[in-house]
Amino acid sequence: MSVLLQEMSDRALRLGVPFSAQLDLTYRCNEQCVHCYLDHDDHGEMTTAEIKNLLSEMAEAGVFILTLSGGEIFMRKDFFEILEHARALTFCVKLKTNAVLVREKQAARLRDLGVESIQVSIYSHRPDVHDAITKVPGSFRRSVDAIRFLRAQGLKVVIANVLMTGNMLDHHGVRALAEELDAQYTLDPTITPMMDGDRSILDLKADVSELRTLFRDEAYVGNAEEFCAPPPAPTEDSMESLPCSAGHTACYISPYGEFYPCVQFPLSCGNVRQQRFIDIWRDSEQLKEVRSIRLRDLSSCSQCAHGSTCTRCPGLAFMEGNMRGPSTADCEKSFARTGIPSKNLLAKKEKAQPARLVQIQLVPAITGNRLSAMDSSTSAVA
Amino acid sequence: MNRTLYVARSPRIAARKLGEEMLVMSAQGSTLFTLNPTATILWQAADGATPLEEIVQRRICSEFEVKREDALRDAESLAEDLAKHGILLISEEPIANPPAKEQPRP
Repeated sequence: MSVLLQEMSDRALRLGVPFSAQLDLTYRCNEQCVHCYLDHDDHGEMTTAEIKNLLSEMAEAGVFILTLSGGEIFMRKDFFEILEHARALTFCVKLKTNAVLVREKQAARLRDLGVESIQVSIYSHRPDVHDAITKVPGSFRRSVDAIRFLRAQGLKVVIANVLMTGNMLDHHGVRALAEELDAQYTLDPTITPMMDGDRSILDLKADVSELRTLFRDEAYVGNAEEFCAPPPAPTEDSMESLPCSAGHTACYISPYGEFYPCVQFPLSCGNVRQQRFIDIWRDSEQLKEVRSIRLRDLSSCSQCAHGSTCTRCPGLAFMEGNMRGPSTADCEKSFARTGIPSKNLLAKKEKAQPARLVQIQLVPAITGNRLSAMDSSTSAVA
Repeated sequence: MNRTLYVARSPRIAARKLGEEMLVMSAQGSTLFTLNPTATILWQAADGATPLEEIVQRRICSEFEVKREDALRDAESLAEDLAKHGILLISEEPIANPPAKEQPRP
């Protein structure tokens, strides 16, 4: 983020303005990615008119950065009508797409509409690996062709490379591909549980040893020594810091109108089909609770050595059962980075010790055939 | 300057009023600008149809204690500067296809 944009975001925080928002237009998708957290069936998406009305309300509330995502945004037949409306309202529009449906014609239209950037998911530089993750043969070729069309129009393209067990070794190849295509590159090793709470897809996420290797790769982290340095002790100021922008200057709207603090934070705060966007933003009790939380309020993290440097995601913590609790995925990242286990990981390790139902201590002396001291302790261990 | 100038917001920008300032992002290289309250007034009035001179008279001189000639000179300078960055269009003719209506803040 540029200095000026950060400054504006800080000002938005002071003014209580929702500076950025992600709107998922649909959960339908033409790919079936193995790690996807969405239910792709249509359970009653907002209509074109509903979305246009919502966009007008969002502009009025002060939203500047609008990310349109999905599902796959081009699955909506009215996508360009929605985008035209968004641009007429002078949003800074960013798109997230697999770009499988983007050809020269669509790329030219996106340029004409002044889209700020297009993020395209690419999982590997090897077509077979990418296609195995999307479960769509030929999808790699389609997406890469689309990136060429978009770049030919002078549009900013960001290749998003989600890392998981199946493509862990391919990020160098994807980065090289991005350079060849004159696209920007971003990498993310986060796998998110399904929105219904099913955590089975977390089996796909990189383990700590893979993260450790990644976090020492200077192509990814810059100065590895600095990146992996032990965390400084939390300060008074850091104890008062906000966990992240979710609910403070950012929010997320689902295709069904549900309002959440973030795409990764499924705490329903209202529905834009029933209430005005600004009313939810200002008055939702759930958002007020999210906004009240500071590092000092976090049950485990406020006592943790990583408190001031951890990338803890409150949404992932919420999905683990407590928005004030730790996010284990981020604990693992902090551990992989520094070698220092978080308070949460230590507690989990302690809990995971083999449980002995009965503890028997040796009796020091025996008189006759009786125990001299009945000090053997017998206890149930949780 | 004796010519009549028309100004219009470029359709290829993103903009939003934040507090008293206008935040404008150019599609050219994603460059970000903030406009002060006076520049914001000019920006919001830049509909492609109203002459700059009239905008200055109606929107600037009526709100600020400033001489019309000074205000017009400053406005022309500002407009040319914004045009260089691709966020404002300037023409000696009215500009067709005026830009999208700026959203009022609540």
